This record gives sequence, structure tokens and C-alpha cells, in this order.
Amino acid sequence: MPAIEIDHVTKVYRRHGHRRQFATLKSALLTGSLVKHLRPDESFRALSDVSLRVPAGVSYGVIGRNGSGKSTLLKLVAGITKPTSGVVRVNGRVSALIELGAGFHPEISGRENVFINGIMLGLTRREVTDAFDQIVEFAELEDFIDAPVKTYSSGMYMRLGFAVAVHVNPDVLLVDEVLAVGDEGFSLKCLDKFAEFKRRGKTILLVTHGLSMVERFCDEAVWLDAGQNRTTGDPKRVVQRYLTDVEQAEDQHLAAEDAKVQQTPVTRAPPGTVSEAVVPDAAPAGLKADAPHPEAADDDEPPTDMFVAKEGRWGSGTVQIEKVTLQGDHGPAHVFHTGEPLTIRMQVRAAHPVDDFAFGISIFSTDGVCCYGTNTSIEEMESESLEGEGEVVFAIDRLDLVEGTYKLDVAAHKRDGSSYDYHRLLYTFRVKSRTKDVGIYRPSHAWSFTENVRFKAADDPSLEPGPRSPEAGDRG
Amino acid sequence: MLSNLRELFRHRALIQTLVARELKARYRGSVLGFFWSFINPLLLLLVYSFVFTVIIPRGEIADLEPYAVFLFCGLLPWTWFSSSLSDGANVLIINGNLIKKVLFPAEILPVVAVVSNMVHFLFGLPILFAFLLFYSVPLRLSELIWFPLLLSVQFILTLGLATVLAALTVHFRDIKDLLANVLTLWFFITPIIYPMSAVPAGGRALMDLNPFAHLVISYQEILFYDGPFGHWKWLLALAFAGVVLFLTGYALFDRLRDSFAEEV
Repeated sequence: MPAIEIDHVTKVYRRHGHRRQFATLKSALLTGSLVKHLRPDESFRALSDVSLRVPAGVSYGVIGRNGSGKSTLLKLVAGITKPTSGVVRVNGRVSALIELGAGFHPEISGRENVFINGIMLGLTRREVTDAFDQIVEFAELEDFIDAPVKTYSSGMYMRLGFAVAVHVNPDVLLVDEVLAVGDEGFSLKCLDKFAEFKRRGKTILLVTHGLSMVERFCDEAVWLDAGQNRTTGDPKRVVQRYLTDVEQAEDQHLAAEDAKVQQTPVTRAPPGTVSEAVVPDAAPAGLKADAPHPEAADDDEPPTDMFVAKEGRWGSGTVQIEKVTLQGDHGPAHVFHTGEPLTIRMQVRAAHPVDDFAFGISIFSTDGVCCYGTNTSIEEMESESLEGEGEVVFAIDRLDLVEGTYKLDVAAHKRDGSSYDYHRLLYTFRVKSRTKDVGIYRPSHAWSFTENVRFKAADDPSLEPGPRSPEAGDRG
Repeated sequence: MLSNLRELFRHRALIQTLVARELKARYRGSVLGFFWSFINPLLLLLVYSFVFTVIIPRGEIADLEPYAVFLFCGLLPWTWFSSSLSDGANVLIINGNLIKKVLFPAEILPVVAVVSNMVHFLFGLPILFAFLLFYSVPLRLSELIWFPLLLSVQFILTLGLATVLAALTVHFRDIKDLLANVLTLWFFITPIIYPMSAVPAGGRALMDLNPFAHLVISYQEILFYDGPFGHWKWLLALAFAGVVLFLTGYALFDRLRDSFAEEV
């Protein structure tokens, strides 16, 4: 018999218009029956036709974006709300770690609150008495248990709530993102407690954004997306599919921003009307040549605050960069994995033939550090001629940056630095990595050890960025 | 619905715990603490006695001496009634996180509101009886046997109203403000500070429609006035009405129950 059975469940939340907020009893009585007035103006489908089966003894992870219906699902299983249609069946005693310490009264002591909370969660007074010492010990509140709860820190409050809830001894434990309770030590204790539940064959339904937790801890998982069951099954596979989707969404988002950028900016100094003199210095940022220019003075050094550093576009416009495309392995992209190739393509057009030109790029991290910058003139390429349209391609074999968001400058300028068309921090791309290393740059590297230095084999090789992972070759 | 009512009974341990929580939390931090349960009705009595003997003398109404005792007979049940209703109207909203975040039987919250106010009422009773003895108002056993029924009728009536108010206030927050004024009006149209005999003939028929008037008159007849308890027919009728009101109120509450977790 499955512990939790969710059968074609749809949950529609009624959203009342703002008119509803000011509705008075009088108007309700005047305009018709109460029931009529309670009819919603619009509705919001939090879950649509979701079916799930959680066999007894299984730890089941629920992942998905904010607002995808995870918490609604949990509330339905807990019985706090009823499905609009469909059936939810739960076999056994349920304890929900949705809101810890709900029902604690601030004025009375922790001791009394433990009793009240325990009885509220379905224990008898006797059962609470029996478990009391364990609860207090687990919450690490021996010294404070007789103080009013209002004097507790929020960590203490949560710990006590957690301790009571897990001592209810449920058959089905519902957990909603509460592992952020207390300090590191306590979090570990919570995880141990979950592991113990699991060993004792209890069913756990875990809603979390901690994907690694789902992979490590759960036997099965479901990915909810906009109230729909996107995929269920092996947690690693579900998480992987979810991550891929998140990346695609990010990609689309960044692409949309790029599209905006490409449309808007006309050169700050309209072509022709402005002499080269006003044009700020335009060596690729961070690699500026001589002649400091007031407006671009910060190009001398990596800008310290990139939010102040003006994003924008300027230049004489003699040569224009009309379009910038970032490409990964499979065509245009904005999200890349560490170690993947990245190609920057610039469509350029010269208003009239020129012989003095250079192209440059530089990459900035979000905190404004210039990660890399170069241009054709630094690399001692001498320009000869450019006329009409053309394409400039800058190809990086391996993008060895650590995870993060990066911004890109691209520029076309004269060899002395004065700009034709300078695009400052206009392009954003994201680098993803499953290895949470730090810094900016990940040199291609390998660890090796002599025999007496030993590490355990990874518990699951598929977790490692292996050949199937987009980070192929990441670890050499 | 019947099974839900059984649930209500099953949850008596929880009700007990929550009432205890209310009472404990109420006076936490005050110097006199628990004694406020006794002092509050006394002070209230003092205020009304002062107003209606010194500031606005009552004039010549017979059968009102000692006035303080007469007043107390009506004031004590009224306080229970009105506090229960105003607490009851708020109780779901105040305990919103219980309803939203844990599986919690919402229907016990109005019960808790009524019961914890009843406890205050019960604490006031010894003072009332002390007054009765002090002024040697005669008490007859034949009348006093009605007293438990009177309490039960008031309880079921108050609970019925509190349940309705609790359910409706979730959807119409206006009720909170409206209720405060309705209760003030209700207080003055009930023979608490004046006797029923002072009501002009035209007003009596209206007064008969006021359920709380019958309760107060019953209290006064049983405790204050000498002579047989003549109001018992009304009391029985009210008992019946109270049960009907409670069942209706509970049905309404049950109907709206699923909306609480979303609307609170």
C-alpha cells in the first residue's frame, strides 16, 4: 500500500480582485447571498492534474522553481487544504515540518509550549511527557526550557519547533525547506534525524531547493513545473533534467536582454557630428594605452564598482558592431559550462573604408574584476583594410572560468585607442559548473597521490562530470 | 457533520490545553497575575455602581436594592458573553498560522474563546455569591437548581454566535469593528443596568426578541429577586433556540472551512 497517493489532483486558488478587499458585510448582504459574493474574480491553478505515488518507506524529493506548486502539494498531503478535484490519500500518521513552532505562544515557557505543540500535533499528554527529555536535548535548550519563548532567538525557536515535530513519531514526514534551521551542527543533526527516519522505514516527502540533498538523500523525485508533473523517477535524472531546463530558461532570459541591448543604443556620440576628441579612450577595458580621458578614467583599472561603471555604447560610429552573438557547442547560448568552448561573433560594418582599426574584447566578473581582455592591436596584428560588412570571430577553446555571471565588453577602435564603437558591459553570460570551486579561473588540473594517501571512491560515478556531462573533459 | 461534531469532542484535550494556554498567557507579566480574574469584575462593578448611584442617580425604581448586587447579576454574564464574541470573531485570524501551516481543527478555536471566557466568569461567581451573602439576599434551592441549565444555555448560545462570527470574519474583516459597536448597543438594550420593570410597555415586546435579555432576567430572578423562578419557559425556549443556532452556525463553519486556510 503506498504511503501517499495523489490521484489526478488539481488545486485552484481563488484570487479575489481588489474590489473584494473592501467588500463589506453590508454590500455582501445587499448584493446577494454571501456565497455569491465569495465567488472569485479569477483563479490560479497551483496544481493541475498531478498524480504521484509514494510507496511506504521511500524518501521522495519534490523540486521545482518558486511557485511551481511544491508547497501546495505538501499542504494537500498534510490535509491543510483540500484539492479542488482529485483525491489525496495518506496512510499513517502525518507530521508536517512546514512551519516550525506554529502555535508557540511567546508569553509562556518553552516547557509549556512543548506540551501544547505536541498535543496540537496529535500526541497525548503522556506521550509528550515521555518524549520531553529527548525533545529538549535534541533542541539543545536544557538551560532555557523554562524561559518564555519570546526570549528565544529565532534559531532556538526553530530548533524547539523542529524537535517537537520530529518526536511526533510520524509514519509520513513532510518537510518543507526547513533544513536551514540553526547552525551547521544542528543542520547535521536534522539530517541525521531524517536518515534515522529513513532507516526505520518511514516515508518522507521532502520539498527543497537543495538539489544535492535530493540526489543524496531521496530514492525518488518529482519535478513540478507550473503546477504540472514534468518528470518523476530517479532523483539524479530528475535533477539533471530540471537543471537543464533552468539553464535553458536562463539562456532565454539573457537572450531577451541581449535583444534589448542590440536594439536600443545608438552611439552616445552620433556618428559624424562628434570629433574623435570626445570619444573616450577605448582600449579594451583594463588594457588601456596612454592618454587618460576623464570620462573613461576608470578604464585604467578594473572598475571597482561595476554597477557604477557605466554600461553603454559609444564611439564615432565609423565602424559599427551591429550584432554580437555568443556561441557554445550547439549554436547561440548564454549559459556555458566550465571547460566548454565559447565563441564571440561580431557583425561589423564600416560606413566607409578604413585602414586604421582594431577589435577587442574583455570579460568581467559581476564584482567588476576584469578576468581577461585583449585586442588585435595588443596582439600585434596590423590592420590593413575594412570595408562594408564583415564578421569578427573570437574563439575560446575552453572557457576555464568558475561558476558565475560574467559581462562582456566588445569594441572596435582605432589603434591609438579612440573608439569607433564601444560596447561596455552590454552582454551577459553565465558559467555553470557542478564543481563549486572558487576564484575566477579554473586552470586545467589533475590531482595525484602516492599510495598512502587514499580517498574513497565517489559513491556514484554518474555524479562526477563524466562523459555524459556537458562539462566533459573538465577534470581531464 | 455529526462526525465532525464527534471530532470536536475528541479534541477536548486540545481544547483544555489551549484554554490553559490562554489563561496562562493572559496575565503573564502582570504583578497581580491571576488575581486579575477576580479584580476585573470588581472594578467593573465599581465603575457602574459609581456612575449609576453618584453621577446619574437612578431615581425611584423599586426592588433594586442593593443596586451593586443587581448590577453584578447582569454584568458578570454579559462580560462572558461579549468578550467571547469579540474574541471569537478574531480567533481564526489571530491563529492564522495554525490554520495555514498545520493540520489543525479550526472549529475548536471558537470553543477555546468561549471556554476561556467562561473560566473568567466562573472565577467571578464566588465574588457574586459573596456579595449575595453579604447583603443577605435570600437564595432558594428550588431556584438554584436552574442555575446549571442557565449556564449551559448561555454557553451554547454564545458558542453558536461565536462560531458564526469566527467563520464570517475570515471573509469580512469589517465584522470586528462592527461587532464592537453592536455589542455596546446590545448592552444598553438589555436590562442589565436597569430592571425589566423599568422598560415601557411598548419596549417589552421588542425586549422579548433579545435573547440575552432572557438570560439576564433569568440570572436576576434566580439570584437577586425573591420568589419563584417564573422565566423558565423562556429559558427552555432559549435552550432550544441555542441548540438550533449552534448547529446552524456549525454547519456554516463547516461549509466555509476549506476557505479558511486560503483566506486567513
